[in-house]
Amino acid sequence: MPRCRSRPGGGGRWRRCGCAGAAAGLCSPVSPGPRGRSAVWPRGRRCTSASRASRRRTGGRRVRAAAAGGLGPEPSGDGSPGCRVYQVFESVAKKYDVMNDSMTLGIHRVWKDILVHKMNPSPGTLLLDVAGGTGDIAFRFINYVRAVRERQLQRKLKHHQNLSWQEIFENYQEDKSDSLGDSQVVVCDINREMLKVGKQKAQHLGYSKGLSWVLGNAEELPFDDDMFDVYTIAFGIRNVTRIDLALEEAYRVLKPGGRFLCLEFSHVSNPLLSRLYDLYSFQVIPVLGEVIAGDWKSYQYLVESIRRFPPQEELKAMIEDAGFFKVDYENLNFGIVAIHSGFKL
Amino acid sequence: MRRLLLRAVGAEEEVEEEEGWHQLYPSHIPTSPLQKALLAAGSAVMALYDPYRHDMVAVLGETTGCLALPNLRDKMKHHPEGYRILQERPCIRLSTLDMSRLRGLPDGSLGREYVRFLEDNKVSPDTRMPPKFVDDEELAYVIQRYREVHDLMHTLLGMPTNMLGEVVVKWFEAVQTGLPMCVLGAAFGPVRLSARKLQVLATELVPWAIRSGLNASCILNVYYEQRWEQPVESLREEIGIFPPPAVRM
Repeated sequence: MPRCRSRPGGGGRWRRCGCAGAAAGLCSPVSPGPRGRSAVWPRGRRCTSASRASRRRTGGRRVRAAAAGGLGPEPSGDGSPGCRVYQVFESVAKKYDVMNDSMTLGIHRVWKDILVHKMNPSPGTLLLDVAGGTGDIAFRFINYVRAVRERQLQRKLKHHQNLSWQEIFENYQEDKSDSLGDSQVVVCDINREMLKVGKQKAQHLGYSKGLSWVLGNAEELPFDDDMFDVYTIAFGIRNVTRIDLALEEAYRVLKPGGRFLCLEFSHVSNPLLSRLYDLYSFQVIPVLGEVIAGDWKSYQYLVESIRRFPPQEELKAMIEDAGFFKVDYENLNFGIVAIHSGFKL
Repeated sequence: MRRLLLRAVGAEEEVEEEEGWHQLYPSHIPTSPLQKALLAAGSAVMALYDPYRHDMVAVLGETTGCLALPNLRDKMKHHPEGYRILQERPCIRLSTLDMSRLRGLPDGSLGREYVRFLEDNKVSPDTRMPPKFVDDEELAYVIQRYREVHDLMHTLLGMPTNMLGEVVVKWFEAVQTGLPMCVLGAAFGPVRLSARKLQVLATELVPWAIRSGLNASCILNVYYEQRWEQPVESLREEIGIFPPPAVRM
């Protein structure tokens, strides 16, 4: 796990940092200085070169935005991409769900529903949801499995004719206590804040059985080999620094016969739609980030990370490289989002 | 020439920055006109919806100030004290203020009353947002200065930081600066006030604020840092602010 010393002043929030003037580098503390960018660098901000280096390391198209540059949420740690990602999610955790709804106009819920439907879990499935922070996939999984279990029970009861009330009552009792049918979901996330929000949501919505929360890194999962039936990662793999390592870990922790599912933003091939999508992403999303979450730069980072992510075929090849078979993908909304699936055989 | 030198030194990134980024000061976020329009609309709605989002008020000020800020900057340039402020770029913040010295000044002096205001209302000059969306470095300083001087306005006008006091100061600033954000704040702020306060506002406070605003010289043209010892009354007279009405806030 990347080590991040927390910044004095907490989180990655500009508005809490020192003084406006100094931070903006606009005022000279004592004597007049030369105007311009280089005039007065705010105190306590090192690592412009480190974050520039990190920009080079993360490669990809150089995109114009302050987020990536020497003004990113850097001062702590080593300015590495992993550290930056951690801080981004630390600062957006509380507003994560609200932002998702605003940015996608609620459509992200449909995407996640489709993922779980595609998974089609039966009761008794053991699911690992990586980068599952606020629990969206986990809750949907539980709902799905409960519904399947209900139907199973109803079918079972229909076949029992001529039962006495006592027998029916006993049947119901033993099945009720097993509403999930031994299904379990483990939510794993690298970010403590996101897990915190997820746990609060679970409490608020009344999910308790069959749900565990684990702090862990997708590149180095704290689980044994061959443990899980299904591995999902929804809108998380894009934030992993070494995607190949994450895929290898996914392969390791899945049981033979287990399924890998990845829901992620991908590439739109239709040229007209691609331009509209770009316009919306670069013009509107950072504004939404600023207005709703008070955080322009994190959402600028989000949009750029989507553009840097490998397209559908490339990701498919990477999944195959990790050892999965029958790898396939399904585009949703013309490629804005894609679900990749693979099996460990 | 500079580009050649930079390239020679191997500072590729500096060159790229100049060509592509237009980043004028460290907290600057370059934005397109469409983004500014969206920001202005969004921040206005959000500021009304959640009055505690001071950052939204700040963003609204920056995105709508494209006419008023150059005006203010020119007013400063054509005034000797204002010109000095633009040159020297002083900052009001805890690290530069000698709080103990200010506290030791006689009652009624600007420094003493300012510190009293900060302590009574439990505010600090360090919580101001840095400008982000102003695309001119000098104008960014002007709006920065305006934000820092805001607290001093509270002191000079004798207004507390509750909703009523803030609205009165906004009226004064609207007349003084012409910033659309001040005008909107002055117009919509009263929405959340009780009937009694509205009455006081409309009958006494606003007329006084407008008269003072019109009569006073530009508040950004005063080098406050050099006037801590000056009595508040004398400074009010010098600027042209009428004595505040005696009402319960």
